Amino acid sequence: MTVRDIIKILDAELLYGNDELLDQEVAHACGSDMMSDVLAFVKDQAVLLTGLINTQAIRTAEMMDMKCVILVRGKDPLESVIDLAKDRDICVLKTPLTMFSACGLLYENGIRGGKSK
Amino acid sequence: MTFQYDVPGDDFTRAGEASGDLKKKMKKLGFPSDVIRRVSIALYEGEINMVIHANGGHITAEVSSKEIDLTLADTGPGIPDIEKAMQDGFSTASDQVRNLGFGAGMGLPNMKRNSDEISIETELGVGTTVRMKILNK
Ligand SMILES: Nc1ncnc2c1ncn2[C@@H]1O[C@H](COP(=O)(O)OP(=O)(O)OP(=O)(O)O)[C@@H](O)[C@H]1O
Ligand SMILES: [Mg+2]
Repeated sequence: MTVRDIIKILDAELLYGNDELLDQEVAHACGSDMMSDVLAFVKDQAVLLTGLINTQAIRTAEMMDMKCVILVRGKDPLESVIDLAKDRDICVLKTPLTMFSACGLLYENGIRGGKSK
Repeated sequence: MTFQYDVPGDDFTRAGEASGDLKKKMKKLGFPSDVIRRVSIALYEGEINMVIHANGGHITAEVSSKEIDLTLADTGPGIPDIEKAMQDGFSTASDQVRNLGFGAGMGLPNMKRNSDEISIETELGVGTTVRMKILNK
Protein backbone atom coordinates (compact mmCIF):
# COMPACT_ATOMS: atom_id res chain seq x y z
CA MET A 1 0.00 0.00 0.00
CA THR A 2 1.19 3.53 -0.70
CA VAL A 3 0.39 6.79 1.08
CA ARG A 4 -1.95 7.58 -1.83
CA ASP A 5 -3.97 4.47 -0.93
CA ILE A 6 -4.06 5.54 2.71
CA ILE A 7 -5.50 8.90 1.71
CA LYS A 8 -8.38 7.10 -0.03
CA ILE A 9 -8.99 4.60 2.75
CA LEU A 10 -9.07 7.24 5.49
CA ASP A 11 -10.85 9.88 3.43
CA ALA A 12 -7.89 12.04 4.35
CA GLU A 13 -6.81 15.50 3.32
CA LEU A 14 -3.21 16.01 2.29
CA LEU A 15 -1.61 18.84 4.28
CA TYR A 16 1.88 18.28 2.99
CA GLY A 17 3.43 15.77 0.61
CA ASN A 18 5.22 15.29 -2.68
CA ASP A 19 5.25 12.51 -5.27
CA GLU A 20 8.12 10.67 -3.64
CA LEU A 21 6.44 10.72 -0.23
CA LEU A 22 3.04 9.75 -1.65
CA ASP A 23 4.34 6.85 -3.71
CA GLN A 24 6.30 5.20 -0.92
CA GLU A 25 5.27 1.72 0.17
CA VAL A 26 3.93 1.41 3.70
CA ALA A 27 3.64 -1.89 5.60
CA HIS A 28 3.68 -0.88 9.26
CA ALA A 29 2.17 1.89 11.36
CA CYS A 30 1.71 2.88 14.98
CA GLY A 31 -0.89 4.99 16.77
CA SER A 32 -0.27 7.03 19.93
CA ASP A 33 -0.80 10.41 21.54
CA MET A 34 2.18 9.83 23.80
CA MET A 35 5.35 10.75 21.97
CA SER A 36 7.67 9.21 24.55
CA ASP A 37 5.88 5.88 24.01
CA VAL A 38 6.52 6.16 20.29
CA LEU A 39 10.16 6.99 20.98
CA ALA A 40 10.48 4.01 23.31
CA PHE A 41 8.66 1.26 21.44
CA VAL A 42 8.57 1.95 17.73
CA LYS A 43 11.11 0.21 15.54
CA ASP A 44 10.61 0.49 11.81
CA GLN A 45 7.05 1.71 11.38
CA ALA A 46 6.84 4.37 8.68
CA VAL A 47 3.52 5.92 9.69
CA LEU A 48 2.44 7.63 12.91
CA LEU A 49 -1.25 8.13 13.66
CA THR A 50 -1.81 10.67 16.42
CA GLY A 51 -4.28 13.09 17.92
CA LEU A 52 -1.41 15.39 18.82
CA ILE A 53 -1.15 18.39 16.51
CA ASN A 54 1.89 20.21 17.87
CA THR A 55 5.42 20.37 16.46
CA GLN A 56 6.54 17.46 18.65
CA ALA A 57 4.46 15.01 16.57
CA ILE A 58 6.59 15.97 13.56
CA ARG A 59 9.83 15.98 15.54
CA THR A 60 9.10 12.53 16.94
CA ALA A 61 8.54 11.25 13.40
CA GLU A 62 11.78 12.95 12.39
CA MET A 63 13.82 11.29 15.16
CA MET A 64 12.31 7.88 14.33
CA ASP A 65 12.82 8.26 10.56
CA MET A 66 9.06 7.98 10.02
CA LYS A 67 7.84 9.35 6.74
CA CYS A 68 4.17 10.08 7.29
CA VAL A 69 2.12 11.59 10.15
CA ILE A 70 -1.66 11.15 10.13
CA LEU A 71 -3.63 13.55 12.32
CA VAL A 72 -6.85 11.93 13.49
CA ARG A 73 -10.22 13.46 14.39
CA GLY A 74 -9.83 16.22 11.81
CA LYS A 75 -7.78 18.55 13.98
CA ASP A 76 -5.98 21.36 12.19
CA PRO A 77 -2.34 21.97 13.07
CA LEU A 78 -0.74 25.40 13.13
CA GLU A 79 0.99 26.56 9.96
CA SER A 80 4.35 26.26 11.76
CA VAL A 81 3.76 22.53 12.18
CA ILE A 82 3.29 22.09 8.44
CA ASP A 83 6.37 24.25 7.78
CA LEU A 84 8.45 21.95 9.98
CA ALA A 85 7.11 18.88 8.15
CA LYS A 86 8.05 20.46 4.81
CA ASP A 87 11.53 21.21 6.01
CA ARG A 88 12.01 17.66 7.31
CA ASP A 89 10.35 16.05 4.28
CA ILE A 90 7.60 14.34 6.24
CA CYS A 91 4.16 13.80 4.75
CA VAL A 92 1.18 15.08 6.81
CA LEU A 93 -2.42 13.87 6.40
CA LYS A 94 -5.58 14.80 8.26
CA THR A 95 -8.52 12.42 8.61
CA PRO A 96 -11.95 13.08 10.13
CA LEU A 97 -11.89 9.53 11.60
CA THR A 98 -11.11 8.77 15.23
CA MET A 99 -7.88 7.00 16.20
CA PHE A 100 -9.73 3.70 16.69
CA SER A 101 -11.48 3.78 13.33
CA ALA A 102 -8.45 5.00 11.40
CA CYS A 103 -6.23 2.26 12.84
CA GLY A 104 -8.95 -0.34 12.27
CA LEU A 105 -9.39 0.58 8.62
CA LEU A 106 -5.68 0.48 7.94
CA TYR A 107 -5.39 -2.89 9.67
CA GLU A 108 -8.32 -4.23 7.66
CA ASN A 109 -6.48 -3.18 4.53
CA GLY A 110 -3.29 -5.01 5.44
CA ILE A 111 -1.20 -2.54 7.44
CA ARG A 112 0.28 -4.14 10.55
CA GLY A 113 1.78 -2.91 13.79
CA GLY A 114 5.19 -4.32 13.00
CA LYS A 115 7.89 -5.14 15.50
CA SER A 116 8.38 -3.18 18.66
CA LYS A 117 11.61 -2.85 20.57
CA MET B 1 33.93 18.16 16.27
CA THR B 2 31.99 19.94 18.99
CA PHE B 3 28.49 21.35 18.64
CA GLN B 4 26.84 23.56 21.27
CA TYR B 5 23.17 24.32 21.72
CA ASP B 6 21.25 26.56 24.09
CA VAL B 7 17.86 25.07 24.84
CA PRO B 8 15.27 27.73 25.75
CA GLY B 9 13.07 26.74 28.67
CA ASP B 10 10.03 28.80 27.84
CA ASP B 11 9.11 27.52 24.38
CA PHE B 12 7.94 23.92 24.15
CA THR B 13 7.43 24.17 20.38
CA ARG B 14 11.19 24.67 19.96
CA ALA B 15 12.15 21.65 22.07
CA GLY B 16 13.89 19.24 19.71
CA GLU B 17 15.61 21.86 17.55
CA ALA B 18 19.02 20.86 18.86
CA SER B 19 18.35 17.14 18.32
CA GLY B 20 17.06 17.80 14.82
CA ASP B 21 20.10 19.90 13.98
CA LEU B 22 22.58 17.31 15.26
CA LYS B 23 20.73 14.62 13.33
CA LYS B 24 21.12 16.64 10.10
CA LYS B 25 24.83 17.19 10.79
CA MET B 26 25.47 13.50 11.50
CA LYS B 27 23.69 12.55 8.27
CA LYS B 28 25.94 14.93 6.33
CA LEU B 29 28.98 13.45 8.07
CA GLY B 30 27.89 10.01 6.87
CA PHE B 31 27.24 8.20 10.16
CA PRO B 32 25.28 4.91 9.93
CA SER B 33 21.53 5.44 10.25
CA ASP B 34 21.14 3.26 13.35
CA VAL B 35 23.80 5.24 15.21
CA ILE B 36 22.12 8.48 14.16
CA ARG B 37 18.77 7.12 15.33
CA ARG B 38 20.13 6.21 18.78
CA VAL B 39 21.77 9.62 19.20
CA SER B 40 18.59 11.38 18.01
CA ILE B 41 16.28 9.52 20.39
CA ALA B 42 18.58 9.85 23.41
CA LEU B 43 19.23 13.54 22.83
CA TYR B 44 15.62 14.40 21.99
CA GLU B 45 14.33 12.77 25.20
CA GLY B 46 17.00 14.63 27.16
CA GLU B 47 16.23 17.90 25.43
CA ILE B 48 12.51 17.53 26.16
CA ASN B 49 13.31 16.77 29.81
CA MET B 50 15.35 19.96 30.08
CA VAL B 51 12.40 21.95 28.76
CA ILE B 52 9.56 20.33 30.72
CA HIS B 53 11.38 19.68 34.02
CA ALA B 54 14.26 22.17 34.25
CA ASN B 55 13.40 25.36 32.36
CA GLY B 56 15.95 24.76 29.61
CA GLY B 57 19.69 24.26 29.60
CA HIS B 58 22.77 23.71 27.49
CA ILE B 59 23.80 20.82 25.23
CA THR B 60 27.32 19.92 24.17
CA ALA B 61 27.76 17.22 21.55
CA GLU B 62 31.23 15.90 20.81
CA VAL B 63 31.23 13.90 17.63
CA SER B 64 34.08 11.70 16.40
CA SER B 65 34.37 8.63 14.20
CA LYS B 66 34.71 6.54 17.38
CA GLU B 67 31.87 7.86 19.53
CA ILE B 68 29.35 10.59 20.24
CA ASP B 69 29.45 12.20 23.68
CA LEU B 70 26.39 14.17 24.74
CA THR B 71 26.30 16.46 27.78
CA LEU B 72 23.01 18.02 28.85
CA ALA B 73 23.39 20.52 31.66
CA ASP B 74 20.58 22.43 33.33
CA THR B 75 20.12 24.60 36.40
CA GLY B 76 16.69 23.21 37.21
CA PRO B 77 15.31 21.72 40.43
CA GLY B 78 17.41 18.54 40.34
CA ILE B 79 16.14 14.95 40.69
CA PRO B 80 15.38 13.82 44.27
CA ASP B 81 15.64 10.07 43.58
CA ILE B 82 17.50 9.04 40.44
CA GLU B 83 16.78 5.34 40.85
CA LYS B 84 13.05 6.04 40.92
CA ALA B 85 13.30 8.47 38.00
CA MET B 86 15.01 5.78 35.91
CA GLN B 87 12.06 3.37 36.32
CA ASP B 88 9.67 2.82 33.40
CA GLY B 89 6.55 4.88 33.98
CA PHE B 90 7.75 7.15 36.80
CA SER B 91 6.88 10.75 36.02
CA THR B 92 6.21 13.98 37.88
CA ALA B 93 5.01 15.70 34.70
CA SER B 94 1.88 17.86 34.93
CA ASP B 95 -1.36 17.19 33.06
CA GLN B 96 -0.43 20.11 30.85
CA VAL B 97 2.77 18.35 29.78
CA ARG B 98 0.80 15.13 29.23
CA ASN B 99 -1.58 16.94 26.92
CA LEU B 100 1.46 17.91 24.87
CA GLY B 101 2.37 14.25 24.33
CA PHE B 102 4.99 13.73 27.04
CA GLY B 103 5.11 12.60 30.66
CA ALA B 104 4.79 8.83 30.25
CA GLY B 105 7.88 8.29 32.37
CA MET B 106 9.67 6.64 29.48
CA GLY B 107 12.35 9.21 28.69
CA LEU B 108 15.20 8.35 31.04
CA PRO B 109 14.85 4.55 30.56
CA ASN B 110 14.83 5.14 26.82
CA MET B 111 17.94 7.34 27.04
CA LYS B 112 19.65 4.51 28.92
CA ARG B 113 18.58 1.93 26.35
CA ASN B 114 19.84 3.96 23.42
CA SER B 115 23.22 4.92 24.85
CA ASP B 116 26.24 2.77 25.65
CA GLU B 117 26.96 4.71 28.84
CA ILE B 118 24.87 7.14 30.85
CA SER B 119 25.62 9.08 34.01
CA ILE B 120 23.46 11.56 35.86
CA GLU B 121 24.78 14.11 38.30
CA THR B 122 22.14 16.03 40.17
CA GLU B 123 21.81 18.32 43.15
CA LEU B 124 18.50 19.56 44.47
CA GLY B 125 17.99 23.25 43.76
CA VAL B 126 21.22 23.42 41.74
CA GLY B 127 20.64 21.40 38.59
CA THR B 128 21.20 18.22 36.65
CA THR B 129 23.86 17.09 34.19
CA VAL B 130 23.21 14.04 32.05
CA ARG B 131 26.12 12.53 30.12
CA MET B 132 25.62 9.91 27.43
CA LYS B 133 28.09 8.09 25.24
CA ILE B 134 27.02 6.38 22.04
CA LEU B 135 29.65 4.31 20.26
CA ASN B 136 29.87 4.48 16.47
CA LYS B 137 29.66 0.77 15.81
N1 LIG C 1 16.53 17.48 33.78
C1 LIG C 1 15.68 17.14 34.78
N2 LIG C 1 15.52 17.98 35.84
C2 LIG C 1 14.69 17.65 36.85
N3 LIG C 1 13.96 16.52 36.89
C3 LIG C 1 14.08 15.65 35.87
C4 LIG C 1 14.93 15.92 34.76
N4 LIG C 1 14.85 14.86 33.91
C5 LIG C 1 13.97 14.00 34.47
N5 LIG C 1 13.50 14.46 35.64
C6 LIG C 1 12.57 13.76 36.57
O1 LIG C 1 12.60 12.36 36.30
C7 LIG C 1 11.28 11.92 35.95
C8 LIG C 1 11.37 10.83 34.91
O2 LIG C 1 11.91 11.35 33.69
P1 LIG C 1 11.54 10.64 32.30
O3 LIG C 1 12.16 11.39 31.20
O4 LIG C 1 11.86 9.19 32.42
O5 LIG C 1 9.95 10.75 32.25
P2 LIG C 1 9.04 12.04 31.92
O6 LIG C 1 9.89 13.12 31.34
O7 LIG C 1 8.27 12.39 33.13
O8 LIG C 1 8.05 11.47 30.81
P3 LIG C 1 8.45 11.12 29.29
O9 LIG C 1 9.95 11.14 29.18
O10 LIG C 1 7.89 9.78 29.04
O11 LIG C 1 7.84 12.17 28.46
C9 LIG C 1 10.56 13.16 35.49
O12 LIG C 1 9.16 13.05 35.61
C10 LIG C 1 11.14 14.22 36.43
O13 LIG C 1 10.53 14.13 37.71
MG1 LIG D 1 11.18 12.69 29.74
